[in-house]
Amino acid sequence: MSNSYIDIIRSGINTTFQDKGRDHLYHIGIPFSGAMDNRNFLIANKLVNNSLNSAVIEFAYQGPHIRYSGEKINFAITGDVIFSIKKKDTEIEGKCYESYQIENGDEINIISTNKSVYGYMALGGELDIKFQWNSCSINTKANIGSNNGKKLEEGQRINLKKINLNKDIKKISYINTKIENIRVMRGTNYDYFSEQGKQIFYEKEFIVSKLSDRMGMRLEGPKIENIFNTNIKSEGLIKGVIQVPADGNPIIMLSDHGTVGGYPKIGVVASVDYDRLVQMSPGSKIKFKEINLSDAETLFKLYEMETQNLLSQI
Amino acid sequence: MIKNISNLGDAAVYCDFGNEVNKTINSQVIKYFKTIKKNSFEGINNLTPSYNKLIVSFDLNKTNFKKIKNYIENIDLEDSQNVNSKKLEIPVCCHENFSMDIKRLEEMLKLSREKILEKFLNKEYFCYMTGFIAGMPFLGDLDKNMRVQRLETPRVKVPKGSVAITEQFTNIYTFESPGGWNILGNTPLDVFDSSKEDKPNLINPGDTVIFKEISIEQYKNFNE
Repeated sequence: MSNSYIDIIRSGINTTFQDKGRDHLYHIGIPFSGAMDNRNFLIANKLVNNSLNSAVIEFAYQGPHIRYSGEKINFAITGDVIFSIKKKDTEIEGKCYESYQIENGDEINIISTNKSVYGYMALGGELDIKFQWNSCSINTKANIGSNNGKKLEEGQRINLKKINLNKDIKKISYINTKIENIRVMRGTNYDYFSEQGKQIFYEKEFIVSKLSDRMGMRLEGPKIENIFNTNIKSEGLIKGVIQVPADGNPIIMLSDHGTVGGYPKIGVVASVDYDRLVQMSPGSKIKFKEINLSDAETLFKLYEMETQNLLSQI
Repeated sequence: MIKNISNLGDAAVYCDFGNEVNKTINSQVIKYFKTIKKNSFEGINNLTPSYNKLIVSFDLNKTNFKKIKNYIENIDLEDSQNVNSKKLEIPVCCHENFSMDIKRLEEMLKLSREKILEKFLNKEYFCYMTGFIAGMPFLGDLDKNMRVQRLETPRVKVPKGSVAITEQFTNIYTFESPGGWNILGNTPLDVFDSSKEDKPNLINPGDTVIFKEISIEQYKNFNE
């Protein structure tokens, strides 16, 4: 155990520990969880010389304000985030995608994400937190993962098991691009919807509702009419599935989703667009664009190559 | 048998066993589930069996729809499904403190409280699947005269341990959660225990469950 730790002065709105998440548990009712925006999660770890699956602090909208105690350590923040670093005599504005060295008594104040939802803070070292099913990811609904499955709270202290010896400062130039069209494939109940309903789905704009969280993103807009049955017998879900309940407003399943559901599935978001989808804040406009499976597979490969390329530059 | 295999997005295979809900079809789903789980085919990262569907999710970096579909189509099914299935007795207290929807059920089913409990308790229910929230078992089938719809407006909070019914099914709320099923009673038993990582679920697909009534005193003393 190192003698280093962080104290949470302000916890932020939805601050949790996340890593890649846990698999092979859908059949007992436990979703993947894990960092919502996988690319930004990986980059954060790489910037501080962590192994890529290390635990990071994920925050949404307002982030935490922390005080660091212990030996010198690096940290980095990714996403589109406004934050400051307070040292003994100075306070500087921080930049994302750059690692900084902090020392005993320094504070990091993550003020907010900018026109996006999630940001990531990686500390160069290993947090002393609990793992459940090989993952520290916090699932607040089932109280699974580190921190007893609960959000971080003001006044908490988190110890570091060890800190990285390699303290090279790293940076990368990267901009989170906004996306106008979310690409989707047809869902398994596509034919439950009227011709007009399908047309609305692909041609009209939807607005991301405030009732969105790590479980799901609710959309508001013109109603999508179901002409067959507004319920199906409950069956498995995966992240990215777009269900349309009887009220006609789509809900997109996100990383902490319920593992089964009984609403018809009109579409499924292509994996390539998932990281950018989750960053769309309430009030953002979404339009869906249909693609086929082989295009989705190719686009994902390209996206993954781009991610690997970014990581190799760090 | 599987009637149709299609893609659910780009990272999951959707195996459709038909639209009926019965033990025969569900046993097929469970047979596939158990065989695939045991084989641990490259890239598969999750399996979700339900009444009559099986969803096989995979890591798109490691494999793809075509490979998984081909694997499922050519699989040698193992007939091991009954080996691990258990018969479980679940204590349930139907005291008025817990049976929050008993009045509604009496009205809708046109049955007295006693008749409802008689038709519900001491019967064998088959576990079709677990999920929605961690460890929640979907059990069936209820007596034909016991079938009601979900509440018109779901509760924001259903107490942990609630035993509830809807259509031909009954379930147990393993956590406090939103929900629209009709609540009959409550079990003091922990049906999901996250500290047991290899076996967090008490009830698993293929198991048989019998509800046994306990008094409010027995309920209170249960965990002591």
